[in-house]
Amino acid sequence: MDINIENLSKRYGSQKAVDQLSFEVKTGEILGFLGPNGAGKSTTMKMITGYIGIGSGEVRIGDKSVQEFGDELKKHIGYLPENNPLYLDMPVIDYLGFCAALQGVAKEKIEERIRLMVRMCGLNAEKHKKIGELSKGFRQRVGLAQAMIHDPEILILDEPTTGLDPNQIVEIRKLIRELGKEKTVILSTHILPEVEATCDRILIINKGKIVANGTAESLRKQATGQEILKLRIEDGAADQILHELRRIKSVDLVEVMDRSMNRFELQSRTGASSKREVFTLCVDKGWVLTELIPIETRLEDIFRNLTTN
Amino acid sequence: MHTIWVITKRELQSFFDSLIAYIMLVLFLGFSGFFTWLYGSDIFLVGQASLEGFFGIAFWTLFFFIPALTMRLLAEEKKTGTIEMLLTKAVTDREVVIGKFLSTFLLISIALAFTLPYAITIYNIGNLDVGQVVCGYIGLLLMSGVYISIGLYASSITNNQIVAFLSALFIGLFFHLIFDVLSGNFTGLIGQILSTLSLSNHFESISRGVMDTRDLIYFFSIMLLGLFLSELSLTKRNLD
Repeated sequence: MDINIENLSKRYGSQKAVDQLSFEVKTGEILGFLGPNGAGKSTTMKMITGYIGIGSGEVRIGDKSVQEFGDELKKHIGYLPENNPLYLDMPVIDYLGFCAALQGVAKEKIEERIRLMVRMCGLNAEKHKKIGELSKGFRQRVGLAQAMIHDPEILILDEPTTGLDPNQIVEIRKLIRELGKEKTVILSTHILPEVEATCDRILIINKGKIVANGTAESLRKQATGQEILKLRIEDGAADQILHELRRIKSVDLVEVMDRSMNRFELQSRTGASSKREVFTLCVDKGWVLTELIPIETRLEDIFRNLTTN
Repeated sequence: MHTIWVITKRELQSFFDSLIAYIMLVLFLGFSGFFTWLYGSDIFLVGQASLEGFFGIAFWTLFFFIPALTMRLLAEEKKTGTIEMLLTKAVTDREVVIGKFLSTFLLISIALAFTLPYAITIYNIGNLDVGQVVCGYIGLLLMSGVYISIGLYASSITNNQIVAFLSALFIGLFFHLIFDVLSGNFTGLIGQILSTLSLSNHFESISRGVMDTRDLIYFFSIMLLGLFLSELSLTKRNLD
């Protein structure tokens, strides 16, 4: 099921929480939803899941509008709300059974689904404990399990990896990747490497508006435009190397980083790459190219650039 | 229908898991038993095979106990945020409200079922008017329904359980006492309206053994109004 969002807006009092958002997510795609606190991520997710009313605009899931068919569509959505609210007085198994029954899982299948979720989310040792007795990481797993219990076609996860330890994060990311092959997934997060590791596409919003939309690579390209290389060339004099590098056509700028180690930083002209020329130059002159590191703009920088203005 | 039952079952389970149900049962049976058999105008003092004393006690104990049971139903979910998890499942607001109403209603029914031995005992020691006793129980159930729906509404407008408890008592007090008292001070139409609104009048006429459709309409309309308003205050989140 695809999710289609057109001109979605929502205001709280005089403040616009979400302002004319339009995007779509296709089946088999994982969309990473990024933005500073208060950018409108959770509000957008709440509108998609039908928890709060749509201010204006439209959310369509499959071919149905959430406004008209909200109650019917809920069955196809698995939702992990922000802060992961759970009934703390219920044992894990009972809770999952309750969620499955509410989501209309057939009675004879409930047990099987619970067993699968317990295995997938690594809850086996804790399954008989009350949720209130679990640590934050395990509660987060219960939250994920309840979102996936009815095998929904759409998964909306509001910060799914908060509170997990690094091992669990890797596991949960793998799980989300796996699920994302057949399902439509929207996940929000503050952790930037997470988006790169799990998402097919990134959507950055700020103050309720989309400021960037694309894959991690395409965002990088937009942000940098010019290729930057770090070089270390041995068996030659620094000044001579510098001189020769500057003569390469595709090179815009070269700077010496460390004269004694023969380290240089080289910036290519817009749209051009000078990796090959550098290599041939070294071969011609008999120098040894010991380091050639393309510098990527970090996602953090892109994020900060887009959201601090 | 199935979803309502799933919610009812969970709520009932949580009443028993959190000991609220046991405390309520013990207190209710203790109070009503004490005053029916041992103290005040009890059976032996009155010397009549009648459950009127018990109904009079239950009339007041339920009035205080029900807000204590209903206060957490929605207020707690709103406070902890689980309401968001619940309402994004494949349930409607109405099903949630009805499910929660039924859970408390069932608990009260269980409590009242435990007092049936009183009736059986009195039946064995004297000439008990069975019709009147049945009507009395029906009256208590109807009254409980009204206060549960008022309590549910009070719980739906706040996320603080104490506020929910007090406002349920406050609203309930009008039906329980104030309308009745005021109706004595007014004559004509206003007096009539106030006396019609008074729950105690309707309860009295039912527990005397007279089933009047007017009384039934009264109880059911307040019950439905309370449920409707609770649903409305849940749905209100969509509007702002």
